[in-house]
Amino acid sequence: MSSVSSKIQDVFNEPGCGKNQGKSEKERKKGCTKQLQPGGAAGGCAFDGAKIALQPITDVAHLVHGPIACEGNSWDNRGSKSSGSNLWRTGFTTDINETDVVFGGEKRLYKSVKEIIEKYDPPAVFVYQTCVPAMIGDDIDAVCKAASKKFGKPVIPVNSPGFVGPKNLGNKLAGEAILDHVIGTEEPEYTTPYDINIIGEYNLSGELWQVKPLLDELGIRILCCISGDAKYHDVASSHRAKAAMMVCSKSMINIARKMEERYGIPFFEGSFYGIEDTSDALREISQLLIERGAPAELMERTEALIAREEARAWAGIEPYKQRLAGKKVLLITGGVKSWSVVAALQEAGLELVGTSVKKSTKEDKERIKELMGEDAHMIDDMSPREMYKMLKDAKADIMLSGGRSQFIALKAKMPWLDINQERHHAYMGYVGMVELVKEIDKALANPVWEQVRKRAPWEETTWEERADAAIAAEAAALAADPELAKAQRRSARICKCKAVERGAIEDAILEHGLSSVEAVTERTHAGSGCTGCAGTIAGILDSIEDWRPGSVSEPAKQAA
Amino acid sequence: MAKVTHTQKACAVNPLKMSQPIGSALAFMGIKNCMPLFHGSQGCTSFGLVLFVRHFKEAIPLQTTAMSEVATVLGGLENVEQAIVTIANRQKPSIIGISSTGVTETKGDDVDGYIKLIREKHPELDHIALVYVSTPDFKDAFQDGWAKTVTRMIEQLVEPVPADAVRDPAKVNLLPGAHVTPGDLDELRDLIEAFGLEPVILPDLSGSLDGHVPDDFTPTTIGGIGLAEIAAMGLSQHTIAVGEQMRPAAEAMEKKTGVPYTLFDRLTGLEVNDDFITLLAGLSGQPVPNKIKRQRSQLVDAMLDGHFHFGGKRIAIGAEPDLLWTLSGWFRELGAELAAAVTTTESPLLERIATAEVLIGDLEDLEARAADCDLLVTHSHGRQAAERLAIPFYRIGIPMFDRLGAAHQTIVGYRGTRDLIFEIGNMFIASGHEPNPETWSLPEETGHVGEKALAAH
Repeated sequence: MSSVSSKIQDVFNEPGCGKNQGKSEKERKKGCTKQLQPGGAAGGCAFDGAKIALQPITDVAHLVHGPIACEGNSWDNRGSKSSGSNLWRTGFTTDINETDVVFGGEKRLYKSVKEIIEKYDPPAVFVYQTCVPAMIGDDIDAVCKAASKKFGKPVIPVNSPGFVGPKNLGNKLAGEAILDHVIGTEEPEYTTPYDINIIGEYNLSGELWQVKPLLDELGIRILCCISGDAKYHDVASSHRAKAAMMVCSKSMINIARKMEERYGIPFFEGSFYGIEDTSDALREISQLLIERGAPAELMERTEALIAREEARAWAGIEPYKQRLAGKKVLLITGGVKSWSVVAALQEAGLELVGTSVKKSTKEDKERIKELMGEDAHMIDDMSPREMYKMLKDAKADIMLSGGRSQFIALKAKMPWLDINQERHHAYMGYVGMVELVKEIDKALANPVWEQVRKRAPWEETTWEERADAAIAAEAAALAADPELAKAQRRSARICKCKAVERGAIEDAILEHGLSSVEAVTERTHAGSGCTGCAGTIAGILDSIEDWRPGSVSEPAKQAA
Repeated sequence: MAKVTHTQKACAVNPLKMSQPIGSALAFMGIKNCMPLFHGSQGCTSFGLVLFVRHFKEAIPLQTTAMSEVATVLGGLENVEQAIVTIANRQKPSIIGISSTGVTETKGDDVDGYIKLIREKHPELDHIALVYVSTPDFKDAFQDGWAKTVTRMIEQLVEPVPADAVRDPAKVNLLPGAHVTPGDLDELRDLIEAFGLEPVILPDLSGSLDGHVPDDFTPTTIGGIGLAEIAAMGLSQHTIAVGEQMRPAAEAMEKKTGVPYTLFDRLTGLEVNDDFITLLAGLSGQPVPNKIKRQRSQLVDAMLDGHFHFGGKRIAIGAEPDLLWTLSGWFRELGAELAAAVTTTESPLLERIATAEVLIGDLEDLEARAADCDLLVTHSHGRQAAERLAIPFYRIGIPMFDRLGAAHQTIVGYRGTRDLIFEIGNMFIASGHEPNPETWSLPEETGHVGEKALAAH
């Protein structure tokens, strides 16, 4: 385990991470993993993260060393696509039993690797460590080393047992595993001045293929995509790329940075979601390649392609403009990718509600990201009635969000479109944006909504009418009773991660004269989890005159 | 909304349509202890019989007047008489249902006149009802034959009732169209009975062709509605007709007995079933049972879960007018689009269907129009077209000879609608195209300048 913990420390020190650089020495040591809140955690574990990150490498056997839960409950659950081998979708696990737990599972692991190589002959076997064998002390590094020597094939240990942290950490530990054991171990057949790596893209729903034709036309070769639709050989020889793009997500930043450090491959952070973002990303790729020695005419061709494809995308969106004009979209998502679709939605005539942002300047984008991150957390435990109220207050026609809120939106009988990981449609590049607008149109135009909102024949009122009545009754009760209103306000759970109610925050502010979000966090722990509620805490601080006991405006606000 | 067109072709290729005598015979098969009889050549009967055997996978009672060439020219009185006497002696039915065919209609046999003569000559057959329907093969289609037969039975077999007669508030007549399966009838019976009402179903295929194993062998129909029950239908409180084709029958009932009717042009979908349940609650004065409330809620949820997969889908349907209406309306409610519609016969519904064109044509026409569709919906004869088009294929209607359980395919009520969403939604999911690196290729004309740059190295 010592090697795992030192790796984790190493990952925490990531200098490429902007967030990390802003932290104090002490905070940095604590790392970017917050301690998970028992009873309040919902995400995946480090093993899950590691598997997600590497599983899209298509021709490799991914062997999970652990009890059946780790692989048996989760295999073949990802929407990555492969243009070649489907071995990645074959579930391999040692399925350790009681005897293994007592006597150790190393022998079984070694035999499993042997069987896989005999039966499937993959270019490499990735062995994933899980909690139970980590606890009993199975040394997968040693087993992998021995197996690799014996069978003459790379057998790669991925040391990321679930309990070391959340999914995000697992992504990074997976990156470390391929940095240590895979990248730079083979050579490409040939190289060109147009070779790039794309890092942190998993080819979900085949999205990479929405962008690859653009690069193909420019003559830019994806030497390796880590790890969407990658082959082992691509990853092993990816160190010869001239430049890299890190797809807008921090999950594999350590790979990008260390490849820059070790092999001198410059990288930039970009996104292929949204029309402008795609154009920007193409420009940056070309720019980096030119800096690394590609002919300068590449940029001219890039601009020509951007002009042509942007025009094609806007033309694709045009027919929907009239149908979508004035329709209101409520964007709720924690997904880092989705904010970049805003410009395209606005271009299609849709109006965004729930955010006050109108233009897509860089600062605005950050703001949208922040706002949506917060709301995404908020709706996780919303009741359908609350959801309905939110949508109604926002006067939204459709909601775009991640898969988890799907069922709430649907029970509230609200048109809904999935734009996060679990979606079935591909929304990347120029074609992807057109596809997204088309899907929104399809969802909005579906006559099913009209029907499902009708009252049942035996009901006097519709579901919505009852919800409205209940909401009105509640508001009336609060207006009539200031004490109740106060109690209600104070009982709002501001920080879901640490289960801190508004009352505790108000008390701390008054008692200690706090004036900054950091100070409130220090005192109450609110905002020390996912940090999504920082904005809300700032709002409480700003509006102190509205709620401070004895302030002039207090009673009025309580009623509101 | 739709333009109703007729095929301009001289030659029908891969027919969708089936003839009206067999629709007529099927209606007679929903009557207890009945022997359907075709007045025509032997082949008319045997084709119909084989078709039903393959569809229902049951023994099918169907007899023929076995018209020979000579008999056809001279007239079929003798053949009809012999057939009736033979059937009466052998199978001992309560009713013989006689349908004419192309051969005898071309000759112009006056079967009504024949029956009058036979009645005079054979008073010993008075206890057997003889119902004759004119159903020439060369006119109309399957559902017309069915509808005419039901209307004729009502005119002939239901006892007239004085306007002030005391009616049974528990009894409700149900007149299902030819597209309503025995499974559908079971579902409708359950729903009606859930309100404490007693359905009187004419014809009742759920008793005869629902695929049960009978206690003993009978050469006539097994199960179905009895003649006494038909006679008393005038004392029911209300008539519910399912399918536009049943309007003349419901009107005949009202005219003869004063029983008012409500016609449902379909019973697949949420709102139509709301109307249906509202009617039953009104007729019975009973509250809606919890079971039905749960079914509605499940349907609403199925619609929400399912609409993702139906939205924007292009559907090609080949079906008789009432089934086409039922399915197209329901598909539309889930966001799918009727892109190709072919049917068999005229109906007032056709021009109201939400699509550009409804063609009275064949499966070749349907295939030609279904090229860019996501789903083909028709009877089993569509299977080759679906294969050629490489699109998923949902079988519905008669004949369905290459699948089990045709009789139990149930698409009515909240529950039937829910299951139909699942079944077809799953077909869409299963046929989802996996993307590949070429899926989003740039258009050809944009060229590939970069390939040269890459090749240079």
